[in-house]
Amino acid sequence: MRRHVTAYGFLSAALVVFAVFSWWPILRGVLLSFQQVNFVTSPDWVGWENFERLFADPLFVVAWRNTAYFTILALVIGFGVPFVTAVVLNELRHAKGYFRLLVYLPVMLPPVVTALLWKWFYDPGPGLFNSVLRGLGLPTSQWLDSSSTSMISLVLVITWANMGSATLIYLAALQTIPGELYEAADLDGAGILKKIWHVTIPQTKFVILMLLLLQVVATMQIFTEPFVMTGGGPEESTVTVLLLLYRYAFYYNDFGTASAMSLILFAVLSVFSFLYLKITRKAGA
Amino acid sequence: MRTLTKGTGKAYWVVLTLTLVVFTAAFLLPLVWVLLGAFKPPAELAQQPPTILPETWEPGAYVNAWNFMDLGQFFLNTFVVAIGAWAVQMAVIVPAAYALSKLKPWGGNVILGLMLATLMLPATALLVPVYLTLTDLDLLNNPAGIWLPFAANALNVYLLKRFFDQIPEELLEAARIDGASTWTTLVRVVLPISRPILAVVSIFAVVAAWKDFIWPLLVFPEPAKQTLSVALQRFAPDTPINLLLAGLVLASLPMVALFLAFQRHILAGLTAGGVKG
Repeated sequence: MRRHVTAYGFLSAALVVFAVFSWWPILRGVLLSFQQVNFVTSPDWVGWENFERLFADPLFVVAWRNTAYFTILALVIGFGVPFVTAVVLNELRHAKGYFRLLVYLPVMLPPVVTALLWKWFYDPGPGLFNSVLRGLGLPTSQWLDSSSTSMISLVLVITWANMGSATLIYLAALQTIPGELYEAADLDGAGILKKIWHVTIPQTKFVILMLLLLQVVATMQIFTEPFVMTGGGPEESTVTVLLLLYRYAFYYNDFGTASAMSLILFAVLSVFSFLYLKITRKAGA
Repeated sequence: MRTLTKGTGKAYWVVLTLTLVVFTAAFLLPLVWVLLGAFKPPAELAQQPPTILPETWEPGAYVNAWNFMDLGQFFLNTFVVAIGAWAVQMAVIVPAAYALSKLKPWGGNVILGLMLATLMLPATALLVPVYLTLTDLDLLNNPAGIWLPFAANALNVYLLKRFFDQIPEELLEAARIDGASTWTTLVRVVLPISRPILAVVSIFAVVAAWKDFIWPLLVFPEPAKQTLSVALQRFAPDTPINLLLAGLVLASLPMVALFLAFQRHILAGLTAGGVKG
């Protein structure tokens, strides 16, 4: 009995913090989706009005389309790069510390700093990228200033900023592949690509899948980069779901509609979270 | 050998050199470019093609940036937010993880399950309700508005609990026979053994709090209370470019220094401590 009392004493602070800032907000978020908040009187129940308002907003469709486009671009560009990088680094027996240090360095920079730096690099006039392209005699780009390249520019930033974590996690996974598998492949006369396809990828597929799902969940919540670098422009081409949610909540003070949007985002992401959970369970078993 | 290739033939050296060049160009040169850029006057920064090394060195930019944006204030604010977030989180989750691991109270597994369930939730799903809760509790413009929500970190509770689970019961039993209270056992026996995991969890907590943008953006509408990230974002449109660059460099230094100092812990923690980077 005493043990249980002591234990709950030790747990009390955590229980309060989780209750007030995690469990209650989860419930409150659902309730808010069906309410209208005005801070003066108690909130009104409005049924599905908030959702109807969202579906009637043309930007809602735009934001989801942009977010989907962003997520796909991030997968195409951002997903392969760390894996390939890890496979190459795993082969190198020199300057290991240097490579690890460099690839992880951007992860340590505050995202706002990275976003503002890259905004300067992207400057179509004297910016670093166009200067290099001009110097090499290549065509330049409008980067963030054109609605056709703005999204891909954001993907490049987040790939650069975040690939360090994924690369190092892959490197650790590559180290767990039994060497005999490669030796056996050698005896079969397999080339490098064959070995990657038949040994490396199958042996690391759980890690690959886990990081894939985590990346989808993270990229669909992208906020800081578009908020700092483009504000959603040009021509709303970088308005993401979270940016629109932020506008509803903190420009229009429409917390009900913003919550409805959170709930929809949550429903979409929970599919990926659920898959992630299943895969980690399976990998752990 | 857990590698695709063997030996160090000609191809190896070509790949090594290429990788060195690409990595240095991709990750180091942009940072050097900013470092140098801050020394150039705005007119030189607008030149095409750009100068590589500054033609006119203006080392004063770093000092001017500090004064222009009042960076001292924002460094202090960020420091208070990050260290406080770490301290409050540790004070909350260490005893909780210990209780869940070693005291095993009734319903402990249910509590752990409810905590872990929050990990499945995208962080941003709680943006509006947590903001409104902070408003209700009058915690806006107060660092506690960051500290308290930040303490509800289920991943770190789980990592600590998993580490505590491996501490043999006999060790705790011995302390108990010597007459140590539960609290003394935690502080004198468990914590010293747990230094590696505490280091990892602590470093990641400080880094996460320092880097965070969206929460400080919401919690500190009052400019004087803001963190570096929020302040830099606010100053960016109206600050001469050389001063802004100097400010960005200065704001990154603490994290870069932390990384260089604790590189081994950070890189080990990344793979041992779960996937959240």
